[in-house]
Amino acid sequence: MSITEPPPAQQGFVGRPMKRKEDPRFITGRAVYTDDISLPGLLYAAVVRSPEAHARIVSIDSSAAKGREGVHAVLVAADLELESGLPMAWVPPGVEVNTPEHWPLAKEVVKHVGDAVAVVVGDDRYAVVDAAEDVLVEYDPLPVVVDIEKALEAGSPLVHEEFGTNQVHEWSLGGGDLDAGFAEADVIVERRVENHRMSGAPIEPRAVIADFKAGSLTLWSSTQVPHFLKLFLALMLGQHEEKIRVIAPDVGGGFGAKLQIYAEEPLMALCSKATGRPVKWVETRSEHMQVSHHGRDQIATVRLGLKRDGTITAIHSKIIADMGAYLMLLTPSVPSLGAFVMSGCYNIPAVQTDITGVFTNKVSTDAIRGAGRPEATHMIEVTMDQAADELGMDRLELRRKNFFPKEAFPATTALGIVYDSGDYHASLDLLLEHFDHEAFKREQEEARSQGRYLGVGFSTYTEICGLAPSRVTGPKGFGLQTGLWESAMVRVHITGAVTVYTGASPHGQGLDTSFAQIVADRFGIDPEQVEVVHGDTATGPQGLGTYGSRSLSVGGEAIVRAVDKITDKIKKIVAHELEAAPEDVELQNGRFAIKGSPDKGMTLGEAAGAAYIPDTMPEDMEPGLEETAFYDPANFVFPFGAHACVVEVDADTGKVDIKRYVAVDDCGPAINPMIIDGQVHGGIAHAIGQALYERIHYDDEGQLVTGTFVDYALPSAADVPSFETDRTETPSTTTSMGVKGVGEAGTIAATPAIVNAVIDALKPLGVSYIQMPLSPMRVWETIHKGAPVSDPGGSGGTFDEHGTGGGAMGPARPGLEEQA
Amino acid sequence: MASHVRVRMNVNGSPREAEVEPRLLLVHFLRETLGLTGTHVGCDTSNCGACTCHVDGEAVKSCTLLAVQADGSEVTTIEGLGSEGDLHPMQQAFWEKHGLQCGYCTPGMIMASTDLLNRNPDPSEHEIREALAGNLCRCTGYHNIVKAVQEAAGQGERQEVGA
Repeated sequence: MSITEPPPAQQGFVGRPMKRKEDPRFITGRAVYTDDISLPGLLYAAVVRSPEAHARIVSIDSSAAKGREGVHAVLVAADLELESGLPMAWVPPGVEVNTPEHWPLAKEVVKHVGDAVAVVVGDDRYAVVDAAEDVLVEYDPLPVVVDIEKALEAGSPLVHEEFGTNQVHEWSLGGGDLDAGFAEADVIVERRVENHRMSGAPIEPRAVIADFKAGSLTLWSSTQVPHFLKLFLALMLGQHEEKIRVIAPDVGGGFGAKLQIYAEEPLMALCSKATGRPVKWVETRSEHMQVSHHGRDQIATVRLGLKRDGTITAIHSKIIADMGAYLMLLTPSVPSLGAFVMSGCYNIPAVQTDITGVFTNKVSTDAIRGAGRPEATHMIEVTMDQAADELGMDRLELRRKNFFPKEAFPATTALGIVYDSGDYHASLDLLLEHFDHEAFKREQEEARSQGRYLGVGFSTYTEICGLAPSRVTGPKGFGLQTGLWESAMVRVHITGAVTVYTGASPHGQGLDTSFAQIVADRFGIDPEQVEVVHGDTATGPQGLGTYGSRSLSVGGEAIVRAVDKITDKIKKIVAHELEAAPEDVELQNGRFAIKGSPDKGMTLGEAAGAAYIPDTMPEDMEPGLEETAFYDPANFVFPFGAHACVVEVDADTGKVDIKRYVAVDDCGPAINPMIIDGQVHGGIAHAIGQALYERIHYDDEGQLVTGTFVDYALPSAADVPSFETDRTETPSTTTSMGVKGVGEAGTIAATPAIVNAVIDALKPLGVSYIQMPLSPMRVWETIHKGAPVSDPGGSGGTFDEHGTGGGAMGPARPGLEEQA
Repeated sequence: MASHVRVRMNVNGSPREAEVEPRLLLVHFLRETLGLTGTHVGCDTSNCGACTCHVDGEAVKSCTLLAVQADGSEVTTIEGLGSEGDLHPMQQAFWEKHGLQCGYCTPGMIMASTDLLNRNPDPSEHEIREALAGNLCRCTGYHNIVKAVQEAAGQGERQEVGA
């Protein structure tokens, strides 16, 4: 394998920025995504979707569609033979959650634009779309509710009549004496913090192929969770699990949008069953925007109590969270994930989060990159800046004063959450080595004298990731019936080559390479000799997939445990062959050799040869060299870091230009620093998208205005800067390798840094606060009205060229501004 | 849509022809008729550029062109740019610089980047970013894509990006 830097002798592969093993197929167009797969006799499906946000289905006439040449079937809800509907698997514990039925095709009432009502199956990819347009559905529109605050008002239209309310649930997490904390405070800063709805928008839309034959189902899906999908297909279809094989082939990004059990998955299975042919469905981008779950969409009221010297005494967040029309796989638990880290990096004696979930006539929200933690971090870090202004204190000094010090780790927060490791001062120190704050202040002054508005914003964050551990996430906690461990099976072939089967399901994270680096070092071989297999429920052990920055810290640790079992066996084989004690065998220069006698030893290949030729093995030993491990960690892992963003705001147009972005992240010891940097870059860009450009916008009638990439502005290369990244490495005490996770870090950290930078830039113009998304229109309006501005326009309102709301969701409400 | 028309084009150096529906998009002709699945579809509205290939030496979004409009053309797709044993310098640069993660935008991104260097062999970072604005990537934040294009342009030491 090629390596960016030639290795110093004796050094391992872990820690090196190795080029990715998986790349040759991607750069030559030879990767195989779901839509690239063709099967003999393949049919195509198109889904008929509701154009109404809320309506009773009066009739469905599919006769014209059925009469078309090449149409094999048209299915409506009554045709679906299912044991259960689409699952909601994670339930915030200890509270009632109003959970509506959710079927792959709507039975009587559609609840959001895009809700599926029928599916058409035919020979030809284009003709089946024509046929779908011939399915005539008559709707009787019902009142629509879009705004989450209005949805909670008495007399609001109800999304689900049967509950008599739009409230899904109320769930709280707290610790410490909140009343005492606020009583002790000299200053209480209260802010309304809005975190608008966004799309995951992987560039590969979803796609599903189902092939039901001889009582068995094979289903290909562009999913992050093939094993979950197998389980839930079994439950929905009433099919024995061993007769279901789910394959996630190459998957073109997920960002949480493919951490879901979607209607089209059981639907394609049923279409294949109905026609006796394999059936493919490929999501259009418009469908993705309509029906692939969205993320965020919370309105929070954050109260932060502080003493005059900056010591934080309490934090209390009241969150109203838009769940959309149905509860999908993790929907009501997403805001709860944020509640776990509502302390941020700070030693706060009293912490409370109260969450109210709300139904609206919009597609469900669920996990999108960060899932609850970007929202929580945004609340904390934006409010910290507001508090610093209130106290007349330096923003970074305020943060440093409240950081958990290095000596405090493992640090227990008021919530009883144990942060495994951290050194927050070190990451901020390193950030300030890269970013000369004093020099910037001089530059800012000079720019202001020329009528230019520069600003810097900071974010110091910690996140909770490595989802697991089952004691928190499993049946006695958040109710996930399988727990949240991860699995690995490691097979050493007779020649000493290695195949690793992981339960993780990567879709861009480079795990083929990172995992191979880890295994290669432990076996004394080259990563080229390690093949990593994933995404197929018929190979390897039961797994749980890739999300929540868990693949390395849970899945990678499972691999280490399987490798350790094999290594123990190798040591016994070598000791037997060379007449030594197993404890005297260790890996030296690529050989399992006797301590003190490095010339006496066996390579992995030699040991494997012995393992598969039983007459050379110890008598009581099984032949073969293959082990499986399941790993369920004792705790989460808590990556952290410090980010700085420099912006220039054009006061005439409201346009925000990011001049510089510096990120210091700590995800423990690096396995492949090149891949870590790439994850951080992508995460920051995702957050820049949310902060400046992207917003899912429904009008008051529940129509999705941002239904394509024409209207929903994903940032392009021209919209983001290059990034400056660096790392500190503080090992986790949860994992044996000390590794944490990094897939969501940039997204979690970056939005408050950007918003704080824009506020910093606009202070000379009287702006003290502003909400995302920072579209030119919103920034311009805020400058010209001065902040705070009273514009409680809810989620309707005007719409600018970036697909982001204008004044629609409104900057801070004045009532909240004055309460400090 | 019963009537079909014959289209002929040179694809990756080989003459190809087929009877197609007039409404067939070039991207589906490449993917479904010819089995060249390296060219992807990401948005249906010509925003994302995952379908970018070269027609008569220029980058086009093949979801915006009908197959019949490419009749008589020279078409190059990612499969024709280079192969695993003989990578095009741009493919090599994307690999070296970690210019891809999930890989879905990558063929289009590479085809757009080679088109840029054909037109402008020594672009500035700003020019690279503007030239690639029609190709969306959700994974990389574009940082390493820019580096890859700089590498392929032979900008070597000058490739340090950032402030």
